[in-house]
Amino acid sequence: MSKNHDIPPMHPASAMDFLPLAQLRDVQFIRLRDMVQRAYDHVALFRQRMDERKLKPADLRSMDDIVKLPFTVKSDLRDAYPFGLLASPLQDVVRFHASSGTTGKPIVVGYTREDIQDWTQAMVRSFAACGVHAGDVIQNAYGYGLFTGGLGAHYGAEGIGASVVPISGGNTERQIMLMKDFGVTVICCTPSYFLHLMERAVESGVNLKDLPLRTGVFGAEPWTEGMRERIEAGTAIRAYDIYGLTEIVGPGVAMECVHQTGPHIFEDLFYPEIVDPETLEPLPDGTEGELVLTTLCKRAMPMIRYRTRDITAVTSAKCPCGRTLRRICRIGRRSDDMLIIRGVNLFPSQIEAALLRVEGTLPHYQIIVDRQKGLDTLEVQVEVTNEAFSDTVGALEQLQKRLAHSIESITGLRPAVKLVAPRTLQRSEGKAKRVMDKRLM
Amino acid sequence: MKLKQLSVFLENKPGALSAPCRLLAKAGINIQTFALADTREFGILRLVVEDPDRARRLLIRNGFAVKLTEVVALEVPDVPGGLAAILDALDGSGINVEYAYAFTTKHQGHGLLVFRFDDPDSAIKILKSHKISAVDSEELSKRLKG
Repeated sequence: MSKNHDIPPMHPASAMDFLPLAQLRDVQFIRLRDMVQRAYDHVALFRQRMDERKLKPADLRSMDDIVKLPFTVKSDLRDAYPFGLLASPLQDVVRFHASSGTTGKPIVVGYTREDIQDWTQAMVRSFAACGVHAGDVIQNAYGYGLFTGGLGAHYGAEGIGASVVPISGGNTERQIMLMKDFGVTVICCTPSYFLHLMERAVESGVNLKDLPLRTGVFGAEPWTEGMRERIEAGTAIRAYDIYGLTEIVGPGVAMECVHQTGPHIFEDLFYPEIVDPETLEPLPDGTEGELVLTTLCKRAMPMIRYRTRDITAVTSAKCPCGRTLRRICRIGRRSDDMLIIRGVNLFPSQIEAALLRVEGTLPHYQIIVDRQKGLDTLEVQVEVTNEAFSDTVGALEQLQKRLAHSIESITGLRPAVKLVAPRTLQRSEGKAKRVMDKRLM
Repeated sequence: MKLKQLSVFLENKPGALSAPCRLLAKAGINIQTFALADTREFGILRLVVEDPDRARRLLIRNGFAVKLTEVVALEVPDVPGGLAAILDALDGSGINVEYAYAFTTKHQGHGLLVFRFDDPDSAIKILKSHKISAVDSEELSKRLKG
């Protein structure tokens, strides 16, 4: 079994990644036209919105016409709970997933058998892109269940011929034990959970560098380059960014190749656009804006021009891997996560980046926003690590100052930095909960 | 001649001090002396214990941030000027006392103080030349038990 970072021979499923552009655009257009027709015929909401615009599926003449189609937003999925957006009869739906509804009802997505096959292919291509191959042992620590992460990665991992350890999230001690005993080579989980795993490994005397673990497939939450550097410095693995969202399919919408240049979008399945989040005007490649995705093959639940709320840019710059698929730049922020503090926009990822710039710290933090005497206050609680901790009060106060300074230089906001004991901030086994906005309580 | 001291990060809130102490108690590790430095928000618990390496591993495994530092235990005559004599000896050496605290034992008219010097090795050398000797961990255990 190869444990180095050499690129294995191309997986047959990856052929679509290298389709000549003209052919790719043809495939996209044919698929778009068919899918729009299906949605128009079977989804009342979509038909109504098309009719309002006096638009028929046949009015689509090329891929460029996609901008004429109506957008879909998250509240459309909530309003349609549970089955209002299904384009297939219920008996053709072989599976449901749902995203955790933090506010009100969850959003539900359905999959036909073909949808599951397409998704599996997207995940196979994702694993193949970062050099995972048959013979790898993949520990899948994404949660199994309604969350798309667990089963999505599982099918892809089996599909590429790897041995899957379907451990799901949580139970960190056991994760470390199996990782060691099974000779796990690939881990799939959220980057924040992996950091937690790294800490616990140190505590239980396991040096991850001594294990055959060499690849991390990290996603389901925004993360920074700083986080990648920390993970790669503390282990022998290369950390890859996988992107996806339940509304579109789950993980496997886009995935980084071995060159780590940002996730390649599997454009033959999911068509990307960038729009200005205010005016909704389309923006050219290379310009930052809101990512909008259209599923090109989904049967049970087509998503047309779905506004992801993820702020990024799409680049068509050539990648050394030769894929013709465009890439998304690292998604550092979601417009949903944006906090406005004293009129300044703040994204949690900026705090993460600021903390990682200070030696010895780990980005276990919580942002607490409050309002006192009509003025917004920003407190950042940071867990002290063994590395950053020192024996004198003066040195700890210096650490507080360095952290505050780093945050201020990145965000323009002066925070109160509070040092807290290790492992006192909430560790989710899935997505990290970073913000407590007391102004809303 | 140096002693190993453990420093533990604590939040300044009720119960913060008891958690590490209880942990050591359960493991049968005796705390020989301790001191607490605190600010409004956090504290540093400094401990001299019987088995510092085992205590350190135990604390880290249980999620505490811990630093091992070297301190010097010095016998000080329990008479006026006892402490001054030590400080006089170091005068002009450029060695800084970062903090100090005490053991509660008294041995043949001598008290026992813990010093954290910025340069413990030089401090020990200079003090030795002034006939002030440091107490090592073996001697310390003997005295605490006796």
